[in-house]
Amino acid sequence: MTATDPAPAAAGRGVAVQFEDMHRWYGSVHALDGLSIDIAPGELVALLGPSGCGKTTALRALGGLDEVDAGRILVDGRDISHVPTNKRSMGIVFQAYSLFPNMTAGDNVGYGLRLRGIGTDERRKRAAETLELVGLGGFVNRYPHQMSGGQQQRVALARALAIQPQVLLLDEPLSALDAKVRRQLREEIRRIQIAVGTTTLFVTHDQEEALALGDRVGVMSAGRLEQIAAPAELYDRPATAFVAEFVGLTNRVKGMASNGVVDVLGGRVPLLPGSAGPGPVTALVRPEAVQLAPEDGANARVLAVSFLGSLGRVQVGLPDDTLVVAQVPATDVERLAPGTAVRVAVVPVPVFAVAE
Amino acid sequence: MTDPGGAVVGAAGAAGPEGGGSAVVARPTGAGRGRRRSRRQFGARIAILVLVFGYLLLPLLAMLEFSTRGDYGSRSLRSYVAILEYPDLIDGITTSLGIAVLTVFGMLLLLVPTMVWTIVRVPRMRRVIEFLCLLPLAIPAIVLVVGIAPIYRWMGQSLGGVGGSPLTLALVDIILVLPFAYRAIDSGMRTVDVATLADAARSLGAGWPRTILQVIVPNIRGGILSASVLAVALVLGEYTISSLLSFDTLQVVIFLLGKRDAYVAVAVSLAALVFAFVLLYAIARFAPGTGQRARIAPEEEPAT
Repeated sequence: MTATDPAPAAAGRGVAVQFEDMHRWYGSVHALDGLSIDIAPGELVALLGPSGCGKTTALRALGGLDEVDAGRILVDGRDISHVPTNKRSMGIVFQAYSLFPNMTAGDNVGYGLRLRGIGTDERRKRAAETLELVGLGGFVNRYPHQMSGGQQQRVALARALAIQPQVLLLDEPLSALDAKVRRQLREEIRRIQIAVGTTTLFVTHDQEEALALGDRVGVMSAGRLEQIAAPAELYDRPATAFVAEFVGLTNRVKGMASNGVVDVLGGRVPLLPGSAGPGPVTALVRPEAVQLAPEDGANARVLAVSFLGSLGRVQVGLPDDTLVVAQVPATDVERLAPGTAVRVAVVPVPVFAVAE
Repeated sequence: MTDPGGAVVGAAGAAGPEGGGSAVVARPTGAGRGRRRSRRQFGARIAILVLVFGYLLLPLLAMLEFSTRGDYGSRSLRSYVAILEYPDLIDGITTSLGIAVLTVFGMLLLLVPTMVWTIVRVPRMRRVIEFLCLLPLAIPAIVLVVGIAPIYRWMGQSLGGVGGSPLTLALVDIILVLPFAYRAIDSGMRTVDVATLADAARSLGAGWPRTILQVIVPNIRGGILSASVLAVALVLGEYTISSLLSFDTLQVVIFLLGKRDAYVAVAVSLAALVFAFVLLYAIARFAPGTGQRARIAPEEEPAT
């Protein structure tokens, strides 16, 4: 990951973006319910949420493709809420198949420049440079139907970057690609975004993608922003039950909360702010916080094991029929065959608890 | 084949996307005792084919036979040569072609932006637009004329030469062609993601006119072409309304001619049919970039 690539756009040109109390109704559906987000210049914010949570609506509102019913959008301090799409200078990459089929990759990338009255030679040069930036130097004369999905999305990214947009909007650009290409392109996007320095809003329903890409990740649900934070904080210290359950895997385990701690799985664990309690609660415990010791004082039995390469996931049954998933190092997988008696313990990292 | 309009309309039907060919295809049989049955089916297919072709070709052959009759049972092209001696006829052809061109452009100008706008901005109106466009099929021509005649009378009186020109027939023909053109363009628009392409073009800085002309239109050429072909065929074959509004289009002239000289009239009908066929074929064959369409649609993922 380097920041030294010859980016066609000047590096560090990012501008600030602010959503202010945005509302959007589709009939009776409240797609945006008072959404407010501040995005710092040059920052990449990933909006994450289940389908229908309003994340795409927010992106389309910023791009000018959809209107909002109330609220303002400020870009670089200027209210652009009523500026039409074609005057906004937003580079948008869509889910798929947004390249113009009648144009070559070069013409696709150069199209925005053509609209800006840039001459043919300059346009060709810049289109070629931008294609180079996304790793498709030799593809200038290819038509979209002659390229794979991953290549098409790279061209779409180049096309969005070529106009040196104020803000880059990525609307689930990887969701139509297969897993390997997706991971590869994800890293490319991050590298290029850092090199170019454009403020970026990335919308996805894939949490791995969001956590890997975002400087900060905003989790949305039902038109509201549940929490926006750096990926690690979001994962370790979820602010709401929704975030705790939506991001990462969690075990729902019964426990007894009192005075900021919860007794769960035979251990005492601190509670995160916003948790339910005191009294009986359901604690949301990450699989990596569950420890399995095969030796002494067994209180559970291994039910199933899945080997995931670098690590393993083990499903164990407790005497009260609660199922708990633990994450273990790959080296432990062999010792934990189904049927093995184990002792379940919990690492005292703070957990979130919801009312039982 | 007494209605002179019938000849060319017949050609339109054959050139249209829903040509009669599919009627011949029989349902696949189950396995097992199939041989005799499939043989019978083969025979049935041939019979149907012969019937259909006979039905379509017999009148044409009869026209050819009739129009080439010379004196005392000889063959002669006299009637065809005579076509050129009727200036009305040449005028009729020019008028009809003029109307055809205006109809095509008017129809495209009306339909394409409307349909793009509907898809991008108000998708739930798609059904309504479709219904409106199909309405002309349900309204008999005579009803249309009764409603439209006063407007034409007013245009003729108030708008001078332009208002009285037979080219104004294009206005009615645009309405008549809507059902066919809508279907053709709609099927073209279903092969590409119009909404996303429009969003992409607009985000890059294109206004609506550029979005439609530079991005949407080139990608729905197939649909636009079919719509245009259908419009031309319809205009060249249209008789009822031109006649009732007293405009001398090709079909009207042919009809009048038929009263004077039946041989020439039939010759003209046949020639018009061949002309329309050649014209439609030429449009479909030589219009720019029609070969590419088919290759774009079924794209599958090659390795990256």
